[in-house]
Amino acid sequence: VSGTFERRLLTRDRGAGILQKLWLIPWSFVLLLCAIAAVGYVALYSAGSGPEAYATKHAIRFGFGLVLMLGIALIDIRFLARFASVGYLGGVALLVLVLVHGNVGKGAQRWIDIGPLQLQPSELMKIMLVLGLAAWFQRASWERIGNPLFLVPPVLMVLVPVGLILKQPNLGTGLITAMVGGAVFFAAGVRLWKFALILAGAGLAAPIAYRQLHDYQRARITTFLDPESDPLGAGYNIIQSKIALGSGGLWGKGFLQGTQGHLNFLPEKQTDFIFTMIAEEFGLVGALVVLWLLALVVLFCFAVALRYRHQFGRLLAVGLGTNFFLYVFVNVAMVTGSIPVGGVPLPLISHGGSAMLTTMLGFGLLLSVFVHRDAEFGPVRE
Amino acid sequence: MKGVRREEEQRRGVFTRRALALGLGQLGLFGLLATRLYRLQSEEGERYATLAEENRVSARLIPPPRGRVLDRGGRVVAGNKLNWRALLVAEQTQDVGATLETFSRIVPLQEHERARIERELRRRRRFIPVTVREFLSWEEMARIEVNAPDLPGILIDVGTTRLYPEGEHLAHLVGYVAPPAERDMDGDPLLELPGIRVGRAGLERHHDQALRGRAGAVQLEVNAVGRVIRELERREGVPGLDVQISVDAELQKAIRGRIEEGTSVVVLDARNGEVLAMASQPSFDPNLFNAGVSAVQWREWTRNRATPLINKTTNGLYAPGSTFKMIVALAALEARVVTPGERVGCPGYMDLGDSRFHCWNRHGHGGVDMRGGIKHSCDVYFYELAKRTGIDRIAAMANRFGLGVDLEIELPGTRRGLVPTRAWRQAQGKPWALGDTVVHGIGQGFYQLTPLSLATMAARLATGRAVQPHLTHSIGGRPVRGTRAEDWPSLGIPERDLRLMREGMWAVVNEEGGTARTSRLPAALGMMAGKTGSVQVRRVTREQRERGFKVENQPREWRPHALFVAYAPYDNPLYAVSVVVEHGMSGSGAAAPLARDVMVEVFNRFRAGPGPRVAEAKP
Repeated sequence: VSGTFERRLLTRDRGAGILQKLWLIPWSFVLLLCAIAAVGYVALYSAGSGPEAYATKHAIRFGFGLVLMLGIALIDIRFLARFASVGYLGGVALLVLVLVHGNVGKGAQRWIDIGPLQLQPSELMKIMLVLGLAAWFQRASWERIGNPLFLVPPVLMVLVPVGLILKQPNLGTGLITAMVGGAVFFAAGVRLWKFALILAGAGLAAPIAYRQLHDYQRARITTFLDPESDPLGAGYNIIQSKIALGSGGLWGKGFLQGTQGHLNFLPEKQTDFIFTMIAEEFGLVGALVVLWLLALVVLFCFAVALRYRHQFGRLLAVGLGTNFFLYVFVNVAMVTGSIPVGGVPLPLISHGGSAMLTTMLGFGLLLSVFVHRDAEFGPVRE
Repeated sequence: MKGVRREEEQRRGVFTRRALALGLGQLGLFGLLATRLYRLQSEEGERYATLAEENRVSARLIPPPRGRVLDRGGRVVAGNKLNWRALLVAEQTQDVGATLETFSRIVPLQEHERARIERELRRRRRFIPVTVREFLSWEEMARIEVNAPDLPGILIDVGTTRLYPEGEHLAHLVGYVAPPAERDMDGDPLLELPGIRVGRAGLERHHDQALRGRAGAVQLEVNAVGRVIRELERREGVPGLDVQISVDAELQKAIRGRIEEGTSVVVLDARNGEVLAMASQPSFDPNLFNAGVSAVQWREWTRNRATPLINKTTNGLYAPGSTFKMIVALAALEARVVTPGERVGCPGYMDLGDSRFHCWNRHGHGGVDMRGGIKHSCDVYFYELAKRTGIDRIAAMANRFGLGVDLEIELPGTRRGLVPTRAWRQAQGKPWALGDTVVHGIGQGFYQLTPLSLATMAARLATGRAVQPHLTHSIGGRPVRGTRAEDWPSLGIPERDLRLMREGMWAVVNEEGGTARTSRLPAALGMMAGKTGSVQVRRVTREQRERGFKVENQPREWRPHALFVAYAPYDNPLYAVSVVVEHGMSGSGAAAPLARDVMVEVFNRFRAGPGPRVAEAKP
């Protein structure tokens, strides 16, 4: 009954009242995000041996992120779609700016300072890329997508930011960005043989690319293949992380009782290795619960994608869901020693303001899609 | 409009299929992660739990304090003092070079120290401390502490180091300590601790096991940089035992104060063989070994012809000369080839085949009996006795008096010396000639004896017991065997023969015409019995003798050594002494007066006899 009521409200009035929109927001999803952020609070409390070091800041940032997300959720999705190109170009401009003018950290130029905030434009870029690609593909028909010339601009839209990110250099984020773009292409209906062609090309180019890699990036790959070869050098992180995970066992060592984390054997436990910290203290059970919560977020994104009526929102939801999934997958696979280590944080849980804000920004877009799921877009173009 | 709807449905269909494929694929990958977690945390959990425990717990050894060495009076002659060190933990500083640079401005570092630090930093793991500088003064420590914020990675730590308060005076006996070498590694984990020292010479080496003690162990929880978080378990070690020695440090210092380079003096408690003093000049400062001896210093010691590192009382080898004559006499008596009263004519020489053997007195002693032979040290008398007795019987008697045998003193590397026999000579492929026997009758020839063994001979002559010289009085407060006279068996020499020797030696010092008449003791102290000896270091040829050879005109290193062996008091022997003065010209002129001075010093110091210890080991 309420469904028809909502629909009536929306169709009658393009700019439905703020209260009505708030009513439409999926609060169970917001609750899910809060639960994950709470997990982050607990883990960071342990990582900092108290709330002062990381946990309090994390809570404050999440609070800001929540406001940002809900604010964006109330903006009409059609309005957002109109400004997709502006957002995309802004993201590219920031990437150029960070290359020219950014702060160097860990051998790469990744940050720019915006007031008190350190922004990582590559994080923002992924959201803007999804937005831009969704806008490009929203009105394209099946035939039109089959036309290779139509695909040239979106391919460039992917390659330009990926190239800029690789130049920082940041291999992990560059690859994730490319994959997010690929997911949108795939969902939009780009023919499968084109993907096969690109994958084959990538396979051939890999040896050449390996030679272009920086030493530290190569070290990650070689130590991944044999971490014990250099136990105090580059393989140290992987080995200590696996020891921490494994020693957690089924039920974990207990809150604040993780020896690997608290005795600093675990590197960067508040950022990249926060999941290890959780798994050490709360065991396999805790780790699987957290993993399930994160999987629910991805599931929600896909559920929104499948229920939404217009291509723009559908592509946006798939892109954002894939982006979130790749974050989680790369991070957890990294700390379990399944793929080479590469500074990817765990969204909503790791310490760090930039990642938190861009993640919440993405969810804001997703909620806007959800809230405005019945909004009318223009017709499909031939 | 209809076309548009169809388009829309087609597009939606493709999207739905592909989104489902993507979503399910991602769900599948989540499943993979869950499987991976299950493998790590459940199946291999135990293995990783062990690894985590190994990470967390670090077992460390606690070095026990090394036992002290105390002298007869309970004075510490080898002790421990605190050693403040600056250590560097590479992991706790961003820039090792900068930290060392700053440190160097506060406490200057030499070029070779820097090289050593950098070598150790390369060799060790980054969280293991490396010694930057030992033996910091209070002032240096204060400056380091004040500048601590500029010295990341620098820690101040306290260990112990060896201290020898008497310095060079007891260096030859007590020895010194040094970091263990590869060959010292006997499986004791203690030896692997940084900064640990083992006895490298002397009593420090002989009693190393007792002095060393046993390491304690502590289990510590450490963090990734090796910093200790808390102590989990502790097992106390056993401190090293104190060793009390029989030497009197004050007596030793007094004796060393009056002897010159190349002189050795040994003073024994004649009744039980306890060493009261053992002085050899020159010596070295054992404290220098604590910090490691520099190459320059080492070269200076080893190239010095006066051999400061060598204890001449145990490692200096000398022919005994006339001090050996009692042995020849006892061997002759035991072989029954002479009677004490038989007179041998001394014309100043003895002819044997083509060779002529001279007496020291060119005018001859006339008719000489055994007592007179000893008193005047008549060479011809002992040529005759040796000829009758034979070298092997003389050698056997010498061995019974502690000459040329292992005396088992607690000083590693002590020489046993050489007492030649017919078999020994034949082993060299040379025949033993009768002329050789004659020469050996006056203690010349192949003999190579240590001053310690000569003092032992004097003690055995005085007591008739097979006393052995030893330095250790007690270990950890428990006396060792050999501190009582009854611990030593009789030599099995008839008392009548021994008394004859003692009378001869008494006459040497106390009778008109004795060779050491001028060196008798002040009457209040009783009487000393002794025997002089002078040993050629170069053979005097017939031409030299005919041209009026005078030793006084020879270069110092060609002059004869001067020897004297003695015991006192004559009627109740307490102390036995041997003195060797290298190139001292004559026993009566150089060695006997020194022996008298030593005896006076000993008597003054032990008025009531060496007797019970003044003080036992103090805690």
